[in-house]
Amino acid sequence: MNQIALREAPAAPVADAARDDRQHLTFMLGSETFAIGILAIKEIIEYGQLTSVPMMPAFIRGVINLRGAVVPVVDLAVRFGGAPAEVTRRTCIIIIEFTAEEETQVAGVVVDAVNEVLDIPAADILPPPAFGARIRAEFIKGMGKVQDKFVIVLDVDKVLSEDDLELLERATQARPENGLPAGT
Amino acid sequence: MDQPLQTYIEESRALLEDMEAILLHLESAPDDRESLNALFRAAHTIKGSAGLFGLDPIVSFTHVAENVLDRLRDGQLAVSAGLVELLLQCRDHVSGLIDTVAEAGAALSDEQQQAGERLLLALHAVLGEPGTAATAPAAPPVPKEHAGAVETSGGGRVESDAWHLSLRFGRDVLRNGMDPASFIRYLATLGEIVSLTTLAEALPEAAAMDPEGCYLGFEIRLRSEADKQAVENVFEFVHDDCDIHILPPRSLVEDYFKLIEALPEDNHLMGEILVASGALTTRELELALACQNLKAAAEPPDEAGPCAPGKPVGQILVERGDTYPEIVDRALKKQQQGREHKAQEARFVRVHADKLDGLIDLVGELVIAGAANALLAGRSGNAALTEASSAVTRLVEEIRDSALRLRMVPIGETFNRFQRVVRDVGRELGKDIALEISGADTELDKTVVEKIADPLMHLVRNAMDHGIESAEVRAAQGKPARGTLRLNAYHDSGGVVIEVSDDGGGLKKDRILQKAWERGLIAPNQNLSDSEIHQLIFEAGFSTADAVTNLSGRGVGMDVVKKNIVALRGTVDLDSGEGRGTTARIRLPLTLAIIDGFLVGVGSASYVVPLDTVMECLELSAGERAALARRNYINLRGEVLPLIRLRDSFELGGEAPKRENIVVVSHAGQRTGLVVDALLGEFQAVIKPLGRMFRHLKGIGGSTILGSGEVALILDVAALVKQATAREMAATDAAQTAMH
Repeated sequence: MNQIALREAPAAPVADAARDDRQHLTFMLGSETFAIGILAIKEIIEYGQLTSVPMMPAFIRGVINLRGAVVPVVDLAVRFGGAPAEVTRRTCIIIIEFTAEEETQVAGVVVDAVNEVLDIPAADILPPPAFGARIRAEFIKGMGKVQDKFVIVLDVDKVLSEDDLELLERATQARPENGLPAGT
Repeated sequence: MDQPLQTYIEESRALLEDMEAILLHLESAPDDRESLNALFRAAHTIKGSAGLFGLDPIVSFTHVAENVLDRLRDGQLAVSAGLVELLLQCRDHVSGLIDTVAEAGAALSDEQQQAGERLLLALHAVLGEPGTAATAPAAPPVPKEHAGAVETSGGGRVESDAWHLSLRFGRDVLRNGMDPASFIRYLATLGEIVSLTTLAEALPEAAAMDPEGCYLGFEIRLRSEADKQAVENVFEFVHDDCDIHILPPRSLVEDYFKLIEALPEDNHLMGEILVASGALTTRELELALACQNLKAAAEPPDEAGPCAPGKPVGQILVERGDTYPEIVDRALKKQQQGREHKAQEARFVRVHADKLDGLIDLVGELVIAGAANALLAGRSGNAALTEASSAVTRLVEEIRDSALRLRMVPIGETFNRFQRVVRDVGRELGKDIALEISGADTELDKTVVEKIADPLMHLVRNAMDHGIESAEVRAAQGKPARGTLRLNAYHDSGGVVIEVSDDGGGLKKDRILQKAWERGLIAPNQNLSDSEIHQLIFEAGFSTADAVTNLSGRGVGMDVVKKNIVALRGTVDLDSGEGRGTTARIRLPLTLAIIDGFLVGVGSASYVVPLDTVMECLELSAGERAALARRNYINLRGEVLPLIRLRDSFELGGEAPKRENIVVVSHAGQRTGLVVDALLGEFQAVIKPLGRMFRHLKGIGGSTILGSGEVALILDVAALVKQATAREMAATDAAQTAMH
């Protein structure tokens, strides 16, 4: 049910745009609750049939076949500096549309569980703290206040756009010999 | 950009390409009337459509060029090498104009302005040649019809070369205030009345005669340069009550033929063709048509003859004495041509490339889904289901093949572009070089065709610049003074081979070797086969000015050529003999969308090795496995075979199974063994690009989707080998530094 409703959401008429803007999907990573603006979300699928891609940073878990398109899957837990998420019955992949280098791309993120779609009015979203959230501040769009609790609203463009520097750094850390010039 | 303008630009580009081809053709066949007509039509269409979009710079320039082409077509100007050169430049200029004005919507640059003015001056000079002085030199040229008449007037006309007018004035002409004599006087101002016979047979007995009536008829022969419409206009006021037939002079028949030929091929009606060519006036046509529609009974008996209902217009016209049967025949032929052309045109559909790509993507998915379906059907053990599913699979495969064929275009168009290049570069170099093209029908993927143009250009220029010797050298060696460059294409075992060959001096092996030693590309005394020596010129450091065949000069080296070809999953090799010439052979895959792969398994993952790199498969014996702990090579029939263990390279972890296999792959003549767990067989892989996230990833060329729906990665063997080499070098270097 949830799945169908979500898929239709981005196609909603313009009149509903304001409401769509407020709507966020909340999900769990470990014990922390996160939220993503619903307009960025294409669909939610069951975790499965993932092909790992060698020689990539650990946060890129691999690729999946999404109805004929090959889509990369990012492990958010690793992206935020934690251990890889363990796959359970409730593990899901949220398929997200994001913009990187002025190009629209599609990627999946692995989350431990999907909770619900919440209305979070803009007034209830506070600026992110300078530190303390234990993930890189630039990934956070704001802190949403929901029933006296905070959920971390993510900036998906930032989370999913691989800044080349970091990627290269990680790649060379994994295999230092590659960074050396070939021969002398 | 709006759609019609886009279409105009595309059409104009196609027309310009045609024009170029025709102009080059005219160099060898200057009298080809059909080509001259086609040339004129192309220019005319470009001008006409440019007018629709208000692209004035294009209209004004093309107009002058069109005038020159018109003269050419009429035979007033002769095709000469100089004129073709000028027209080629004009073509280039128009092409530039379209880029600037139509596509970019910008104003002309000063440079373009100047070039345009220079060309216009040259065109006007051509138009103002003494031969056509009669029609006001350099002035805006006379209309077509006149031009046609002027031409034939060249050799003084004989008696029969005159218009024939049959006039039967109506009874009431005088009563209406018209004087037949004044019409004839006015007619005389159009030309010279050669003879005039008055027909008085209609005059009744004096008693019965109405003194105010007109009973006269005239048969007039008129020598005039005017066209039919002008002659007819003389009698404009008496059209209604007179019977007037105007038959053009015999000598004009040829001109009408030409004009009919020159009409744009459209679905014209017979009458329209005749009117457009000036062989018939609108009034004559209307009368004939009216005549055609009349019921025979309603007609006076004397008119009923030619006016039988349902008779073809052409026949009526001839019988009424308005035109000659030959002209009608010619018009009929033209009409036929127009229809055929139309039919041919209808066989092509312009489709946006994106739509085609979308379709091919879908078909790719269909193939994958079909494979999954077949797999499940096979498992179910239901014979009828298996049968049905295999029928579907077969159809899907056929659909895939035809979908891929949609993208296929013949290489001929690309080849033909080189006509111009060979001509221009040959002139520049002062060499007489002929281009021979064969296999132009060979089809390959549009993307491949587009991407192969640059490397081909480089190879062609190289062959002309450095391969083919100067005429003197050739003569000294007993070769024909004219050098020959050949472009050939053919299908070969699931791929396409494109050959660029010249009959020039060939590669000089000794000097290549020497150069390679100097550059440290090979060790002295290293034994190399001929083909290995030839491959050396594709090395990055090799394209130097003083290299054997002087391979530089155009900014890119042969290494770039090779890189571009390899990027298309192709190969290039050279076949050369000193003094015999050189053949560069480019081998390309038919399409970039699908590859034949060999599926291997490592742990739970599957990888696809491109089948064209796979040489053989063998089992890794227990003894060799033990030795692999110390070294990374095995002895394959007396040769050293370096190995890459995918499990280690890809850091897959996990225990290797009891039996491992080696896939021997070959890259750039070098063999490497890939150690994998399982050999899973051949597999046709629809290539799916990996996203931007993976752009730094080396060793993986792309991905594909297996029948099970799982994604399998396609190995890039070249990158894997390079990576392994670099890794080992770095490791040994590190070890050495540690020891010191």
